Amino acid sequence: MAGQYLVKIVKKEQLGKEIFRLTLHAPEIATTARPGQFVMLRSGGLLDPLLGRPFSLHQCRADGSIQVLFKVFGAGTKRLAALAAGDQASLIGPLGRGFDLTPPAPGVSLCLVGGGMGIAPLFLLAQELKRQQPGLTIELMLGARNKAELHQLADEFRLMGFSPLVATDDGSLGYAGLVPDLLALNVPSAGKARRVYCCGPKPMMAVTANYCQKQGWDCQVSLETMMACGISACLGCAVKGVGRRGGQVRYLHACKDGPVFNALDLDWTSE
Amino acid sequence: MRVVEQIDLKVKIGSMVLNNPVMTASGTFGYGQEYAKFVNLDKLGAVVVKGISLKPRAGNPPPRLVETPCGMLNAIGLENIGIKAFLQDKLPWLRGVAAPIVVNILGNTVEEYAELADRLDNTEGIGALEVNISCPNVKRGGVVFGADPTMAAAVTKAVRKATSLPLIVKLSPNVNDIRIMAQAVADHGADGVSLINTLLGMAIDLQTRRPKLANVMGGLSGPAIKPVALRMVWQAAGAVRIPVIGIGGIMCAADALEFIVAGAHAVEVGTANFVNPRATEEIVDGISLYLKTNKISSLEQLRGSLILS
Ligand SMILES: Cc1cc2nc3c(=O)[nH]c(=O)nc-3n(C[C@H](O)[C@H](O)[C@H](O)COP(=O)(O)OP(=O)(O)OC[C@H]3O[C@@H](n4cnc5c(N)ncnc54)[C@H](O)[C@@H]3O)c2cc1C
Ligand SMILES: Cc1cc2nc3c(=O)[nH]c(=O)nc-3n(C[C@H](O)[C@H](O)[C@H](O)COP(=O)(O)O)c2cc1C
Ligand code: FES
Repeated sequence: MAGQYLVKIVKKEQLGKEIFRLTLHAPEIATTARPGQFVMLRSGGLLDPLLGRPFSLHQCRADGSIQVLFKVFGAGTKRLAALAAGDQASLIGPLGRGFDLTPPAPGVSLCLVGGGMGIAPLFLLAQELKRQQPGLTIELMLGARNKAELHQLADEFRLMGFSPLVATDDGSLGYAGLVPDLLALNVPSAGKARRVYCCGPKPMMAVTANYCQKQGWDCQVSLETMMACGISACLGCAVKGVGRRGGQVRYLHACKDGPVFNALDLDWTSE
Repeated sequence: MRVVEQIDLKVKIGSMVLNNPVMTASGTFGYGQEYAKFVNLDKLGAVVVKGISLKPRAGNPPPRLVETPCGMLNAIGLENIGIKAFLQDKLPWLRGVAAPIVVNILGNTVEEYAELADRLDNTEGIGALEVNISCPNVKRGGVVFGADPTMAAAVTKAVRKATSLPLIVKLSPNVNDIRIMAQAVADHGADGVSLINTLLGMAIDLQTRRPKLANVMGGLSGPAIKPVALRMVWQAAGAVRIPVIGIGGIMCAADALEFIVAGAHAVEVGTANFVNPRATEEIVDGISLYLKTNKISSLEQLRGSLILS
C-alpha cells in the first residue's frame, strides 16, 4: 500500500552530464513495490518547485533502499540533482499499476525495449522477470542519444547477466538509429513471437506499439504524463484511450490505470 | 507537562456542525477514499468531494496541468463520474466517515443545479451542498454564472428551493467586486460562501510558442494565489453576515489562521494535498497547537480579529 515517507538520501551518483541516480532508504517501498510502479519525489520544504515529480522505481534492494534514475529537465529535477547524501526528501509510493508479469504463452520470449530515461524501470523489471521465470529468454534493447548516456547503463545490465543490444541516435555506440529498429534486426529470436515491455519517449513507444500490433505481439508501455498528485485525486494525468464512454472521449489516468498500459488500450493518434 | 484546557474548534455553517474549521477543497481530494491511507478523515472538519454533474463528464484533453511559480494551472474540465455513479459507488463508503460530507455540484443551466440539489436532498449521509458557480451558463452564451450577480442569485435561489440541506455557494474570484457576489448569494438563501475558486490564467512554452495547456486557459491555485484569496475573504467577510470559508494557497496552519483572522469561519485546503497528502490533518493539529500556545480558548476570539490602525 502506498504511503508517505520522509527519507534519507544514501547515495548520489552522476552517470552523465545531466543524468543522476539517487539511492534512498525506503524499506516500506523496497519490499512492496512491483516493476513499473513509481514514486512522487520532492525535495522538501520549498514552495517553488511546488509539486513532487514522478519517477519510476529503478531498483529495489534487499537492504531496504530504492533507486531512481533521472535526467535533469527543469526546476524540479535540477533541485533533486542538487541533493547530496544525508539530505532528506519526501516520497510517496509505491504508486500505479506496474508491468504484467504473468508468464507468457509457451514459445513466446520476453523483450524489454527502453529509450533514454525509459531504461530506468527496465532494471527492476529485468531482475524480477529473471527471478520469477528463470528459464525464459529475456532480450534487452536499449537506446539513447549517444554513447555517453548509454554505455554505463548497458554495462550494468551486462554485469547482471544480460546481453543488451544497443542503439544510439548518433551511432557512437552500437546500431545507429532508433531502438525499435532493433526489433526487426536479424537476431537469433527474430521471427519468433515476443512479448514486448517498452518505456521511453512517446514517439519511440508509438513506433514500438505499432510494430508489435502488426506482428500480433503483446506490448506493454509505460507512459509519462504531467502529474500533480500521483494518487488519482487531481485527474490531471489523463491519457486518451481507444473507444468511447457514454458517447464521450474515454480518458484513462496514468497514475491509477497506468503508468503501464497495454498498447492496444491507448489512442496513439492523439497528442 | 502543563495541563491544557480543551480547546473548542467547533464551527457551524447553517445547521452543519464541524468539529474543526479544516475542510478539503473540491477537486483536490478525489472522493475522499483516495486519501484514507494518508489522513484520518474522521479528524477533519468536513470532506468536500470532487464536483458532481448530472451526467458524467469526460473532461479536457491533456495536457491538463502545468506547474507555475509557487502554484499550478489546471484545466481538468470538471471531469467527474456523474451523480448516479456518485450515489451508487462513492457515497456508501463516505457514510462511514465521521466528518460531514459536502457534495460540490456543478451545472450548465439553473435547472441542472436545481435537479442535482433535489436528488441529493433526500439522500442520507450528506452534510451540505457546495455550489460551484464557476461554470459557463450554456443558455447565456457561456458566461460563467459566478461572473454575474443576477445569475449567481438565480442559481442560489433555485438550489435553495430544491433542498433543505445547508447551502454553501463557492464564489469565483474572476469578478470586479467580490462583495457584490457574496451579497447576491447571501440574499438568496446561501448559508455560507466559500472562496476563492481558481484564478483564470495561462502559460506559454516559448520554444514552441504553444500554450502549455491543451485548453489554453486554466485555473491557478496554490501559494501563489494566497494574497488575492486573503484579500477577497476579508472583503467578503465584511460584506455578509453568513459564514465565509477561506480557500486559496493554504499550505500550513499559519496560512489557515491568517484566513481566520481575516474573518473566515472555516478554510478549505486544496493544492497542498498534492504536495503533502497529510496536509489537512497537520493543519488541524497546527491550529490547536497555536491556540494552546497563545492561550486562546476558542476560534471565535481569533475570527475577524485583524487589527487595523
Ligand atoms: C510515471 C512516470 C515515471 C517517470 N519516470 C522517470 C524516470 O525514471 N526518470 C526520469 O528522468 N524521468 C521520469 N519521468 C519524467 C519526470 O517526471 C519529468 O522529467 C520531471 O517531472 C520533469 O520535472 P522538472 O521540474 O525537471 O521539469 P519541468 O520544468 O516541470 O518540465 C520540463 C519538461 O518535463 C516535462 N514534464 C514536467 N513535469 C512532468 C511530469 N510530471 N511528467 C512527465 N513530464 C513532465 C515537461 O513537459 C517539460 O517538457 C517519469 C514520469 C512519469 C509520469
Ligand atoms: C486539480 C484541481 C481541480 C479542481 N476541481 C474543482 C472542482 O471540481 N470544483 C470546484 O468547486 N473547485 C475545484 N478546484 C478549485 C479548488 O477547490 C480551490 O478552490 C482552488 O484550488 C484554490 O485553493 P488552493 O490554492 O488551496 O488549491 C480544483 C482545483 C484544482 C487544483
Ligand atoms: S496525477 Fe493526480 S490523478 Fe493522476
